[in-house]
Amino acid sequence: MPTKILTGVLIDEQSLISLGELCRACSRHAEWVIELVEEGVLEPSGPSPDQWRFPASALKRALTAARLQRDLGINLAGVALALDLLDEIETLRARLRGAGR
Amino acid sequence: MEFKDYYKIMGVERNATQDEIKRAYRKLARKYHPDVSKEPDAEARFKEVGEAYEVLKDPEKRAAYDQLGANWKAGADFNPPPDWDAGFEFGGGGFTAGEAGDYSDFFESLFGRGFGGVHTGGGRRRGFHARGEDHHARVLIDLEDAFNGATRSITLRHPELDSSGHVVTRERTLNVKIPKGVKEGQRIRLAGQGAPGIGDGPAGDLYLEIGFNPHPLYRVEGRDLYLDLPVAPWEAALGATVKTPTPGGPVDLKIPAGTRSGQKLRLKGRGIPGKPPGDIYVIPQIVLPPANTDNARALYEKMKRELAFNPRAKLGV
Repeated sequence: MPTKILTGVLIDEQSLISLGELCRACSRHAEWVIELVEEGVLEPSGPSPDQWRFPASALKRALTAARLQRDLGINLAGVALALDLLDEIETLRARLRGAGR
Repeated sequence: MEFKDYYKIMGVERNATQDEIKRAYRKLARKYHPDVSKEPDAEARFKEVGEAYEVLKDPEKRAAYDQLGANWKAGADFNPPPDWDAGFEFGGGGFTAGEAGDYSDFFESLFGRGFGGVHTGGGRRRGFHARGEDHHARVLIDLEDAFNGATRSITLRHPELDSSGHVVTRERTLNVKIPKGVKEGQRIRLAGQGAPGIGDGPAGDLYLEIGFNPHPLYRVEGRDLYLDLPVAPWEAALGATVKTPTPGGPVDLKIPAGTRSGQKLRLKGRGIPGKPPGDIYVIPQIVLPPANTDNARALYEKMKRELAFNPRAKLGV
C-alpha cells in the first residue's frame, strides 16, 4: 500500500488554464482548440493564443467537445450547437428543480 | 459467458445493409452518449452499442459473427465453438472508438483483446522525447469529504501492454488529498501522475473529476444542499422550532406558522464551504400522524367536525 499522500491542484472557478495545458488535458493539438475558440465554444481572455487564459469551465467543455466529435462524428459547428443546447437544457433543468421543490 | 445479439442491440434486421447499420448506430450513439443522455444506464448502453457497431460495421467481423448462426438468444450461455473463426481474415484495422477493457467478455472471446485498438502512451506519433499524455478519471467521494476535507485512497485501473505485447489491466492505488469545499464536477490535477513520458519527456498529469456518492439525507447541487425535513401538521400550522441535521451538526430551525409542504427554507452559508459557501435548503414535508389509536381517531374526528376545511375548494368541487 502506498503511504505517500498526493496533494493536487483544485481547478476551481478562480483557476485559469493556458492553451498548452488545455491541449495536453484533451490530448489535442493547439489548432483544434483554436478552432473551438473560433466557433465560439471557448472564450479565453487575452489578446493572442500564447497569452490566452481559459476559465476552469473550458476544460470540461473542451473534453465534452472532444468526446462528442470522436464518438458521434460531428463537426465542430455541430459540436458547438450541441454544447449550447446541452447548456440550455441544464439551465432549464436547474430552473425546473428550483420551481418544483 | 452470455451471448450478445448485436443485431438486437442495434435494432436492425440480420440482413440490414451497412448503411442501415451506420444510421442505427448514429441514432443510438446520440441517444445514449453519456455527455448528452441523462438516463442512468446511458454509459453502459453506449458501450454496448459501440461494441455491436465495432462488429457489424466491419464486414469481416460481421461475416464471422453471422456464421455463429441466427439461433442464439441474447443472454444464452455461450462459448465460442473451436476454430469458429477459421478461414476468416481480420485486417485488424478500422477501430476508432473504444479503449481496452471497454468490450464485453463475449466480444473478447470472439475477437480477442488485441483488437481493442488500444491507446498506450502517446496516441500520436511524436519525437523520441515527449511528455506523457494527461489522463482523466472520475472519483466518487462522500459529501462529508467535501465538507471537512479528507484523504482518500483511490484505485484506478488502466490498460497497459506487458512485455509480450498483451494488454493487461494494471491497478494502482493513490492516496489523494480531497480539498475542503470541492464541488461536483470540479477537477483535481495531480502533476506527473498521468502517462509516463517517452524518452526524457516528463510524465503527464492526472485529472480527477469529483463526483459525490448519493447521500441518504442531502441532495447536492453545486455547493447547495437540499434536505427533506419531516414536520408534524401542528408544527407547520402553528410554527415551531425544530432540530434539523446539517453536515456540520444539528441546528435549530424556525418553521414559520402556515408552512406548506415543498416550501424552501434557507439555512444561509451552511452548505459546502467555499467563497461563497453554499446554502442548505430545507424542504418541509408534512407527515400525518397515523389514526391508529382511539385517541388519535377522536382528534381527527374533532378536526373534521370543527374545522370547516375543504382541501379541494380550488378544484370547484
